Amino acid sequence: MKEIRILSPQGMLGYGYPSSSFEEGLQASPDVIAVDAGSTDGGPHRLGLGMGGVSRYATKKDLQPLILAAKERNIPLIIGSAGGSGAGKRVDWLLDIVKEIAKEQGLRLKVAAIYADIDKQWLYQRWQEGKVDPVDSAPPLSAESIKETTALVAQMGVEPYLEALKEKPDIIIGGRTYDPVMSAALPILNGMDPGLAFHLGKILECGALAATPGTAKDGMLGILRDGHFLVQPLNPERKCTAQSVAAHTMYEKSHPYYLHGPGGMLDLSECRFEQVDERTVKVSGSRFIPSESYTVKVEGVKQDGFRTVLICGIRDPYLLQQLDEVLAQVQDEVRSYFDQTSFQLFFKVYGRDGVMGAWEPEREALGHEVGLVAEVVAGTQEMADSICAYTRSLLMHFDYKGRVSTAGNLALPFAPPEFSAGPVFSFSVYHAVTIDDPLSLFPVKYVELRGE
Amino acid sequence: MGQEIRQKEKKTLAELAAVIRSKNAGPFEITFDILFDNACYYRRVKESGVLTREHICQLYSARAEDVVCLEYFDQALGIKVTLRRHHPSGSAGERDTYGAQQHVPLLTIEIPDFFEQGT
Repeated sequence: MKEIRILSPQGMLGYGYPSSSFEEGLQASPDVIAVDAGSTDGGPHRLGLGMGGVSRYATKKDLQPLILAAKERNIPLIIGSAGGSGAGKRVDWLLDIVKEIAKEQGLRLKVAAIYADIDKQWLYQRWQEGKVDPVDSAPPLSAESIKETTALVAQMGVEPYLEALKEKPDIIIGGRTYDPVMSAALPILNGMDPGLAFHLGKILECGALAATPGTAKDGMLGILRDGHFLVQPLNPERKCTAQSVAAHTMYEKSHPYYLHGPGGMLDLSECRFEQVDERTVKVSGSRFIPSESYTVKVEGVKQDGFRTVLICGIRDPYLLQQLDEVLAQVQDEVRSYFDQTSFQLFFKVYGRDGVMGAWEPEREALGHEVGLVAEVVAGTQEMADSICAYTRSLLMHFDYKGRVSTAGNLALPFAPPEFSAGPVFSFSVYHAVTIDDPLSLFPVKYVELRGE
Repeated sequence: MGQEIRQKEKKTLAELAAVIRSKNAGPFEITFDILFDNACYYRRVKESGVLTREHICQLYSARAEDVVCLEYFDQALGIKVTLRRHHPSGSAGERDTYGAQQHVPLLTIEIPDFFEQGT
């Protein structure tokens, strides 16, 4: 094939996009529409609770024009990391939305759903065999952390998508997926260079974020050819510059030009970015270097308890001057009152070091008021609520040295003042696992929808 | 007199760079991108030797082993610094799930002008 044109309508399904941009993209006769639908960035609760970062309403609103356009042109629509976390129940959640659209629009659709859920026992076995290594700065895995883990997915590479594409589905809904894959799959299926395909995918998966002005709420067109690719935003008010595209290559990765993915590494140290016209950039020299053994990244979360949050304000200058001592004393008194209970109590002082904590270099600077957040994490919601309420009443009437405002120390903006925030999760697994077969972990299910 | 001129020619990183941002790089790291749209400014920062691992450690009260990357990417006119997080993103006690507001100490790093170096 001489060239493949990839339309990325937006950086995240459910973020919205201008329909004029999407129309512009369709004018360019794309061979595939590719869109990302998930990430670990929003936090571990998405995988833990089986929830997404965008609503069903927004997902359906964004999805319908993509399905209609793809079907009309007989090109595949490829969606990766379905429903935020890419867990099986989120693949089914997205499949359900597709079913609804098919029914309402009277469409016949062949859908390939690819699952990425991982069995705990399987991970434990691989770990015992020494086939598990931390990714980036994750701590080493232990039998304990595997045992505590409540949800696990593996980030699939391009291979399951290549299998699914051979069956010529109208739509692929992928579970947890390496971000560049949705764009790279069709080119790689057609024998094009994987280095260029993955690099292009890395740029397209964020929508128009690599353009200037950049946003994930708009789209881009990628054209992959022999030896190079071109990228151009769909919205005439944006442009790609050599600098904006090069800069985006570095985005959200630990290293600027060595990017690890399933089965190998993208080496961008020698790639070139050239301005072709005012809005288009040409990229060449991206290389994919397959690794000796095939690894996939496995992501898992564990529940650390339940959270209750108190938000309040402090304006009294005498209290502000000795805030740290007061908070330390309150922390001690709460601990001694809830003697036998294991819990965590965090204070965040907004207006001082609320955002950066221990990284804050200007700890001494203090405004004339601060926002104080108390966060309690305990074994049950009831216990977290109890501890947070006790903390609030103690703080409210705490008798610090030199106090003149004896009616109360806190400005409470909400009644009731505490919020039960539900289960709290943390990432417990973020590890590369060596596998023999890149397909074996990711079963594909084909569904024929006959909308009437 | 010479001293006064030098003072004027120092610029902060925020004055020289087009983008200074921080972002998650997976749940266990936060990465900082310093990007330029002016090759001369990029070279000035790169050749100043001001931005070092030691400097980052000092700014963020970090340990040397927490700085997992400090690299220059010439084609992108970009500098990348990656720091290990204290705890995984989004867990109990979190302050910045996306790591999007941790870039601020970089803004005011002072970069001397070319000709001042070596004097």
